[in-house]
Amino acid sequence: MSDNSISPEQASYLRARKRYRLKVIISRILLLVGIVVLWEAAAELRLVDPFITSQPSRVVRTLLMLHQQGVLYRHVGITVFETVVGFTLGTIAGTGVAVLLWWSDFLSDVLDPYLVVLNSLPKIALGPIIIVWMGQGMPAIITMALLISLVVTILGVYSGFSQVDSEKVKMLRTFGATRGQVLRMVILPASVPTIVSALKINVGLSWVGVIVGEFLVSRAGLGYLIVYGGQVFRLDLVMTSVIILAVAAAVMYQAVVWLERLILRFR
Amino acid sequence: MAIKDLTMKFHSPEAEITALDRLSLEVMEGDFVSIVGPSGCGKSTVLNIIAGLFEPTAGEVLISGRKVRGPSSRVGYMPQSDQLFEWRTIWRNVLLGLEVQGKLTRETSSFAEHLLEKYGLIEFREAYPSHLSGGMRQRVALIRTLAVNPELLLLDEAFSALDYQTRLLVADEVKQIISRENKTAILVTHDIAEAISMSDFVVVLTRRPGRVKNIHRIVLTCSEKTPIRCREAAEFRDYFYGIWKELDVYV
Ligand SMILES: Nc1ncnc2c1ncn2[C@@H]1O[C@H](COP(=O)(O)OP(=O)(O)OP(=O)(O)O)[C@@H](O)[C@H]1O
Ligand SMILES: [Mg+2]
Repeated sequence: MSDNSISPEQASYLRARKRYRLKVIISRILLLVGIVVLWEAAAELRLVDPFITSQPSRVVRTLLMLHQQGVLYRHVGITVFETVVGFTLGTIAGTGVAVLLWWSDFLSDVLDPYLVVLNSLPKIALGPIIIVWMGQGMPAIITMALLISLVVTILGVYSGFSQVDSEKVKMLRTFGATRGQVLRMVILPASVPTIVSALKINVGLSWVGVIVGEFLVSRAGLGYLIVYGGQVFRLDLVMTSVIILAVAAAVMYQAVVWLERLILRFR
Repeated sequence: MAIKDLTMKFHSPEAEITALDRLSLEVMEGDFVSIVGPSGCGKSTVLNIIAGLFEPTAGEVLISGRKVRGPSSRVGYMPQSDQLFEWRTIWRNVLLGLEVQGKLTRETSSFAEHLLEKYGLIEFREAYPSHLSGGMRQRVALIRTLAVNPELLLLDEAFSALDYQTRLLVADEVKQIISRENKTAILVTHDIAEAISMSDFVVVLTRRPGRVKNIHRIVLTCSEKTPIRCREAAEFRDYFYGIWKELDVYV
């Protein structure tokens, strides 16, 4: 069959598919609108107490207020910066350690139990120690974010390295490749998808680390706004910050997905 | 090439496995030799030792009189399935061996280019492996091996990942390229028909520990000297039956 002629069956399949897609998108929008409207109405009619639950119109007002005061961008900027630095460092350092483990079987055997324990330890418990050691500030928060993603990255990337087809490695070795060449020419490029998917997981983990860090340090950032709002019972501020956080996290995740496509294309 | 009294023992916590026991074999320059034998009899082990990946427990391998010590450009290895790097273009896949050996010069790269040209792949130079058919990929893999100009080619079940029809065609092509380039080759296979149709000699190994059980000199009378045509030769069946019996596979 030639390219442009579409059979009636194919055409009706395509139409049904398009209709279904449209239905999904419309339902998504309706769901969001529905929640917002219900929330607003319930608060307006005093079915719930807007002092505790806040309400969409108050969120919008808070947002405008933060915008006019000019503080919004500073807080968002700080949190985003900490997160980006945290997951970038976590990915780089984790990949670095994974390379060392791959390089030396002895090292990986020695470190295995430590990695298992560190992996199961909730890193958030280390928060106070980090703050005592690094001071009340950004370095402590970034360290928190890094720590949370580090062990997961090491384990994920290392297992990615071990899954590279041994026949590929063998083929290269028969050319006389050194261990360094095997790493550079097969192991790393073949593991790019694994490393990028570690990056994707790390974005989420770094947000956790950064927000917890900001809870503890309480100086600036969205985590600080949330904690502060809670303490002074300004639920409008809390809700607004959480919504900004959700949007920022979604945008960053999309950015990483986009980066993944870019990297895989120009590997 | 000569293999002299090769013995190979593998050690594991459970046991010591003697994979090869004083195996000796000689291969003349330009010959195409196939090795068949029961599963686990040490065929891959022989190739790994010739390629310099394993140090034998005893014995030695000589290539044109010089002893093999570690991987070298004298031996080319064709892996199971093509193992092209999907993140490299065809051209950069072909240059892989030269890059590893630090021999990438204008001369060597023009030789690689000449091979691509000769075997009809030059237009796919900048394409990625995923855009090529299974047969073409295998040809690229062979050119990648030939680009470093080895004296001896080793093929370990090199076609086993292909479907039957492609496998016949690729075996045909590979055989023709190898004889046109005048290379010595050793093929390990489970496929008796493949071994007979491609080779000058078929070596049958015993069960583990592997030793040479018999060597068949293959002379087929066929109009065209291609592996597919050769299967029609009258002698083919006799060779097949003879080797089949020697393998004594019990079902
Ligand atoms: N690296 C290794 N360590 C331990 N034992 C090994 C190793 N490589 C091979 N062996 C053992 O040596 C024997 C011969 O293995 P080899 O892979 O050479 O057999 P083969 O003839 O190629 O088998 P197949 O037909 O299944 O490919 C097997 O019993 C295998 O278990
Ligand atoms: Mg084998």
